Amino acid sequence: MPYTEATLQLLTTDGTLVENDRVAPYRPLVDALTDQQLQDFYREMVVTRRFDIEAGNLQRQGQLALWIPSLGQEAAQVGSAFATRSQDTIFPSYREHSIARIRGIDPIHIIELLRGVTNGGWNPNDSKFRLYTLVLGTQTLHAAGYAMGIAFDGKTGTGNLDTDEATIVYFGDGSSSEGDVNEAMVFAQSYQSPLVFFLQNNQYAISVPVERQSRSPLYKRGEGFGIESHQIDGNDVLISYAVTRASLDEARAGKGPRWIEAQTYRLGAHTTSDDPTKYRQASEEEYWKQRDPISRYELFLRAKGASESFFAEVKAEGEDLAADIRARTVTLTAPPVETIFNHVYTDEHPLMAAQHQWLKDYDASFGGAS
Amino acid sequence: MSEMLSMAKAINLGLKQAMTDDSSVILMGEDIGTLGGVFRVTEGLKTEFGENRVLDTPLAESGIVGTAIGLAMRGYRPVCEIQFDGFVFPAFDQIVSQLAKQTSRHQGTQSFPVVIRIPYGGHIGAVEHHQESPEAYFAHTAGLRVMSPATPNDGFHMIQQAIRSNDPVIFLEPKARYWPKGEVDMNSTPAPVYQSRVVRTGTDATLVGHGAMVAMLLDAAELAAQEGRSLEVIDLRSISPIDYDPIVASVGKTGRLIVAQEAPGNASVGSEIAATISERAFFSLEAPVQRVSGFDTPFPPANLESIYLPDVDRILDAVDRALAY
Ligand SMILES: Cc1ncc(C[n+]2csc(CCOP(=O)(O)OP(=O)(O)O)c2C)c(N)n1
Ligand SMILES: [Mg+2]
Repeated sequence: MPYTEATLQLLTTDGTLVENDRVAPYRPLVDALTDQQLQDFYREMVVTRRFDIEAGNLQRQGQLALWIPSLGQEAAQVGSAFATRSQDTIFPSYREHSIARIRGIDPIHIIELLRGVTNGGWNPNDSKFRLYTLVLGTQTLHAAGYAMGIAFDGKTGTGNLDTDEATIVYFGDGSSSEGDVNEAMVFAQSYQSPLVFFLQNNQYAISVPVERQSRSPLYKRGEGFGIESHQIDGNDVLISYAVTRASLDEARAGKGPRWIEAQTYRLGAHTTSDDPTKYRQASEEEYWKQRDPISRYELFLRAKGASESFFAEVKAEGEDLAADIRARTVTLTAPPVETIFNHVYTDEHPLMAAQHQWLKDYDASFGGAS
Repeated sequence: MSEMLSMAKAINLGLKQAMTDDSSVILMGEDIGTLGGVFRVTEGLKTEFGENRVLDTPLAESGIVGTAIGLAMRGYRPVCEIQFDGFVFPAFDQIVSQLAKQTSRHQGTQSFPVVIRIPYGGHIGAVEHHQESPEAYFAHTAGLRVMSPATPNDGFHMIQQAIRSNDPVIFLEPKARYWPKGEVDMNSTPAPVYQSRVVRTGTDATLVGHGAMVAMLLDAAELAAQEGRSLEVIDLRSISPIDYDPIVASVGKTGRLIVAQEAPGNASVGSEIAATISERAFFSLEAPVQRVSGFDTPFPPANLESIYLPDVDRILDAVDRALAY
């Protein structure tokens, strides 16, 4: 079921460009990309994958409580992230590590979340990359509301691509069943909000295959709500870029929400606590390894004449990041105790003051420094 | 027959027994079938009973509980699993406004024997939304029964009693106690489920708790005994209703009560016990009831959970305060 006759694809697994009427409208968007931009796509996919592997190692060595790998989903993420304009706001789920990096977030903050040092990690006002969300699907409503606000502020449809804003929200095939996601579609469509729903269909919600969530392709879910929807090959970074770029620009032009279902695959476990051999076949993993997002893109870049030194440089950058993350992870310490009480409320609250004081006195009663 | 089992395995066997005894019992939840649940509590049950009795549902908690209500209307006894404590809230309306009120709305023409199993509580070092103690919301809601086993033996028997209950039951499984083994006597007649139980006798003060807290209270009592203090420990078992008689009797003997819970203290189960004992045992009390709770803050990042969660020292500190009167 993964690919259907509706699936849009620009780059085949052997790294050549597809030419047909359906993808023709997207081709100019890709042709407009500079060599530098095309190389950045590759760089981000490779470097994030290396980071991801390192984080998994750190978890196994007891340095992280948990790790949530994004292996295999790099093209869906990197392409769509580069499609956003700097004024756009991104609402992630919890697996969008490359998108965080593209938005300038130091990946050590993702590590902090999964080491149990913070529940937040960064200031979304700086990056317009909102916080990771673990309660599935809830962020889609937040994104819909944020997008409503954009429209109320008159920040859509002025025709200025550099100032008109849009929003993109990421979620999974499993999450698409949550009521919140369906309500988000209702709101976004009703208010014609500038929101792109980006569904990464990695074929599983932990152990449950996507067929349990939907008997028909999930892009049709969007259509059922009256939202213009596309299904793309999520392992093709170029189509991910182009369809997201077009969808965001339509949304910012005031044409209402868009829905993209990216067909991809979670190559790794759901998290480091999970054992996929309990519920899926090695042959299926093999099928998807043949469709790896990075290898096909590497073939494409090589055919375009990218130099050996470029690939070596990207590899080295990945190694450097991995070493840097490792070195910094092991030095991360628990946050100060007052973070339990700080910022629970914006305004003063008597319980916070009293309980924090109680804890200080209690600690002091042991004779140690409080 | 008696065996050393973990609580996860004991509940698994309890579910299996209930499904064998009554063909209207079905299990519903996320990842509970092929995977056997993220805590493996339903392991093997799909293979044994088939996919029409062990449902790997779509990923939607409101959907799980809402359809369970419909299945109950149709004569089934659904047992829903919520994957983690923090993920029960998408189902909150279906639980507190729907499930809890159906019996009363139907005026005795229909009962709603739905069980909602929720792994809950801290001590597992997990990320946000995976370590919460939401029992007060449910105890506050008329129409729901709320219970929590503290031992493998209670896990085995109480899950079956919950399933046999004709009322909706919120069945809270303490994650921190899933793996330690304990003796499970499968043939014994279980105690009535709405009974609290004295699990250690003592004379100086009474400690009350539920779920994972019970083991901690027993540790505290053991430590206190080394210092010559005799503490009585009561396992609540049922959080709604609460069986107060053993607590009142114990306080009659000790004169001092400490209620401990992982949940935040504000408007909590512990608050309710403190109030009720003040009403019912005022003249026995020689000190104000002491509450030991999580702070009234969001559950902090895992690195701080050992400070947030009550521990043996905090329990003994409360004992000191009670004994200082
Ligand atoms: C409301 C809610 N229910 C259950 C969970 C537990 N859980 C975490 S991830 C997950 C599967 C999510 O699948 P999908 O939406 O496809 O995203 P993916 O993990 O595949 O990226 C589940 C059930 C949760 N985090 N939130
Ligand atoms: Mg998925």
